[in-house]
Amino acid sequence: MNSNEVKYTREHEWIKVEGKLARIGITDYAQKSLGDVVFVELPDLDRELKAGEVMGVVESVKAVSDIYAPCTGRVITVNEALLDSPELINQDPFGDGWMVEVELDGLDEELLSAQEYEELVKEEAE
Amino acid sequence: MKEQLIFTKSVAGRKEGYLPPLDIPEPQQVSLPDWARRKDTPRLPELTEMDVVRHYTRLSQLNYGVDSGFYPLGSCTMKYNPKINEDAANLPGFAQLHPYQPVETTQGALQLMAETQKALAEIAGMDAVTLQPAAGAHGELTGIMMIMAYHASRGDRRRTKVIVPDSSHGTNPATAALCGCEIVQIPSNPDGGVDLEALKKVAGMDTAALMLTNPSTLGLFENQISEIARIIHQAGALLYYDGANMNAIMGYARPGDMGFDVVHINLHKTFATPHGGGGPGSGPVGVKAFLEPFLPKPVVRYEMQDGRYILDDRRPLSIGKVKAFYGNFGVVVKAYTYLTVMGGDGLKAASEKAVLNANYLMSLLGRDYHVPFAGPCKHEFIVTPKNIKETGVHTMDVAKRLIDYGYHPPTIYFPLIVEEALMIEPTETESKETLDAFARALCKISREAKDDPGLLHEAPHNTPVSRMDETAAARKPVLRWVPYYE
Amino acid sequence: MAYLPHTKEQEKAMLATIGVSSSEELFRDIPPELRLARPLALSPGLSEKTAWEQIGALAEKNRHTGRLISFLGAGAYEHYQPKAVKHILARSEFYTAYTPYQPEISQGTLQAVFEYQTMICELTGMDAANASLYDGATALAEAALMAAEATRRKVILVSPLLHPEYRQTLETYLHGRGIRIAEIPWEKGVTQPAEAEKLLNHEVAGVLLQNPNFLGSIEELAPFAQAAHKAGALLVVSVDPVSLGLLADPGQCGADIVVGEGQSMGLPLSLGGPYLGFMGVKEKYLRRMPGRIVGKTTDRLGREGFVLTLQAREQHIRREKASSNICSNEALCALSATVYLALLGPQGLREVGNQCLQKGHYAKKCLSTLPGVTVPFGCPSFTEFVVKTQEAPVLLNQRLLSGGILGGLDLGRFYPELKNHILLCVTEMRSKEEIDQLVRIWGEKA
Ligand SMILES: Cc1ncc(COP(=O)(O)O)c(C=O)c1O
Repeated sequence: MNSNEVKYTREHEWIKVEGKLARIGITDYAQKSLGDVVFVELPDLDRELKAGEVMGVVESVKAVSDIYAPCTGRVITVNEALLDSPELINQDPFGDGWMVEVELDGLDEELLSAQEYEELVKEEAE
Repeated sequence: MKEQLIFTKSVAGRKEGYLPPLDIPEPQQVSLPDWARRKDTPRLPELTEMDVVRHYTRLSQLNYGVDSGFYPLGSCTMKYNPKINEDAANLPGFAQLHPYQPVETTQGALQLMAETQKALAEIAGMDAVTLQPAAGAHGELTGIMMIMAYHASRGDRRRTKVIVPDSSHGTNPATAALCGCEIVQIPSNPDGGVDLEALKKVAGMDTAALMLTNPSTLGLFENQISEIARIIHQAGALLYYDGANMNAIMGYARPGDMGFDVVHINLHKTFATPHGGGGPGSGPVGVKAFLEPFLPKPVVRYEMQDGRYILDDRRPLSIGKVKAFYGNFGVVVKAYTYLTVMGGDGLKAASEKAVLNANYLMSLLGRDYHVPFAGPCKHEFIVTPKNIKETGVHTMDVAKRLIDYGYHPPTIYFPLIVEEALMIEPTETESKETLDAFARALCKISREAKDDPGLLHEAPHNTPVSRMDETAAARKPVLRWVPYYE
Repeated sequence: MAYLPHTKEQEKAMLATIGVSSSEELFRDIPPELRLARPLALSPGLSEKTAWEQIGALAEKNRHTGRLISFLGAGAYEHYQPKAVKHILARSEFYTAYTPYQPEISQGTLQAVFEYQTMICELTGMDAANASLYDGATALAEAALMAAEATRRKVILVSPLLHPEYRQTLETYLHGRGIRIAEIPWEKGVTQPAEAEKLLNHEVAGVLLQNPNFLGSIEELAPFAQAAHKAGALLVVSVDPVSLGLLADPGQCGADIVVGEGQSMGLPLSLGGPYLGFMGVKEKYLRRMPGRIVGKTTDRLGREGFVLTLQAREQHIRREKASSNICSNEALCALSATVYLALLGPQGLREVGNQCLQKGHYAKKCLSTLPGVTVPFGCPSFTEFVVKTQEAPVLLNQRLLSGGILGGLDLGRFYPELKNHILLCVTEMRSKEEIDQLVRIWGEKA
């Protein structure tokens, strides 16, 4: 996998890898379908994530979504700004609305490329 | 009109006394050790009785109940709650009984419970009934636990899956999950019934139960029910009946005869006990004879030998207790009173008129609203607004505009499988005049949607508050009053 | 026929509008073989007058606490209910409403619940409370499930001095979720913190206590809180709210979740229900709280008001992933508690608590002077206490009953090791004279 490449999960998370580090968030499509995000539950620091497991929760008024870890690795930073301003996820899902940074140990094997993810979204929208 | 919080009306030192002074002589009084004593004072309001009575009277005036007007809230059966029921539950001979009194002092109450059980069993076509669950969802929990206990008693521990249709109420899957089951959701067919092919595919050796309402949450009678029961029973699983919609079929058909093994009944819907602004309800559960040993403890029954009613606790296969004591007895008294007044013929007439009212109202609305499922419906039906794309007027707007016309809105956005659903349940106690007036209001609203959609978007107009900012409420929850010091 | 409005002519017109000739046709979708071919085997309907007489006669068959002098407690308490409570509860705008789904026409219920939540927080020392749960037993079970979720652990430590029926309910609830229950040893009428500490490890999600416990003894909560927190577990305490004008609030002692039975706040005994499960939590657990919760917010025009909030994790939205399946709860009972507390105020509540404390102790002392009666536990108690008798409790209670007294609970029923022990309850309802009468009749033969 090329560095800086963004990959996606079928559950609408994105993961951006830079060397041994990866940053994770939810996609624009995900935030739109949730509506106004009111609360985010993030994993504890140092938690060892396993690819595919639930690592957190995003909550809107009408829905709650689990966030699935797109990779295996240790949580080294969480975006604490989200705890006070969960609306950042609506405003800038790929930027300021990021959720955690992980010291990478391995990626989920079924990650999608940008193009594959776009197709998935098209399908779901139908 | 707005009413301040009761705490802000408090005046330090004001009080009302209700008790005579302590009559234990001082030398005989004790004091608590320091670690056990409360150091601060809870900030409860300090008021006179009149202050309190005025406050809650004014709050009551901000509410809307069945006694205020038409309340066609689908799936909730908001029928009239007869006043005799309230008085019966308040009789000292019922209201002032301690749950641990010796049974020889509570024979009248136990008889009332036993007779209610018998009547509900007859109405549902079941062999035994427990009155313990406190509401519908609690009945579901009791029922699914009994099903799991039954499978386990046969050494059949592979059965961990509970099937629910996509039109089911949220309590169904949530209950099954609470029992440790995995949920399998199956789609509805175009007529709103169970998709038999989908059901056949998923029903198997790992299926514990199928949970169903009949009539369904769409208000339609599931006429393939015998085939569904055959598929489920052939797979070795059991059939669970969510009785929220029982008001449609009393005296016409019985879940027991349809093949259901377990049934819960909502006394706070079908049997006219008031909903209380969110409870207390009561959710009795009926079962076929083979499940009787699993009923929660204790069981109320007549003991021939002693010639009296007893509370039977010695039940080795019981799922245990689902709450303390014996259920919401006070609510059961109300339902018993209703049963006594109505009788078998009255209950059948109630169902007949509930279905008549629903079909009549559906006919009146057919021109101005989209009716996704043709009739006959049972006790409730679904309509959706027409031309949503053009007018921008959604179900929410229609519901809120109904408030301006003096009505409680129907259930909205449920079941989830119909977009923009308005689920309307008029109940049998409403008159033709009321239904006609309500239909006129809804038709007028559909015209307003075309002519003046803004009016609907901003509805309701004459209430103490208009639409609330739910996002703000959930982002920064304010769940209690705190004193504000300047 | 009762409560059915249509005249024959109206019915005819309605059928014509639908386009059917009889209402029978509206049931044509029920397959004939499923139709009930006979009338329901129930009695025929009665006039209201006749029904009222019958039901009155049934009620008369019971001997109620209004006519007996009761010393029975054990989770259901006779307290004085100010008359105004019943009058407020009889406002049918409250009791004939459904759950407040439409805030614009439900501000009455919503604000009352908000006030109730505040009062529960004030009494328990918690940061947030929900709108109610079914009863004290299920509230405890929901709290245990919450603790397990919050810690992602699978063992619950329980005091055996929690109400036995609450423990049985807990077992039923936890069974399906694969959560294990372990009991903390007790001694001298109270649960032993040192024993709890031994049992605490990284698998334990929560420690569950009752205060005052089932034997009426006051538990010292702080050591349990320290031990639980050290092991990363939560402290859950089930309390009698009427004691909290007087007893240290569990929040101050370190509890994370406080639950309990609210019946003692103005609700009738009613043979065990409907009662009121309440739950308060520390801020950290607020979003895990099951059930309905009311929050304050503003409307479109900036006016303050109340809504149901934090509902996204509930069953109607989250279905099988919901934190609980509860839907209808005990809203009207919560209103009863709210009005009760508002009428009593802080001083009134304290007075009720003090009278319970003093009268309980007075009765305990008087009974202990009788031959053959001993007080087995020396710890401080509240309202309820245990005595040991030589006379079999069943016989004693029969004797008391023929003297118009409802005696205490035979503890041997729940605790085999407490054979011949009786749990007595003396609330503010009992006068000194009535207590003296109990002692006199008890002593006549014992
Ligand atoms: C179809 C259905 N099932 C279950 C329930 C839950 O019943 P309760 O609120 O009594 O727990 C409801 C209540 O609205 C319902 O409509």
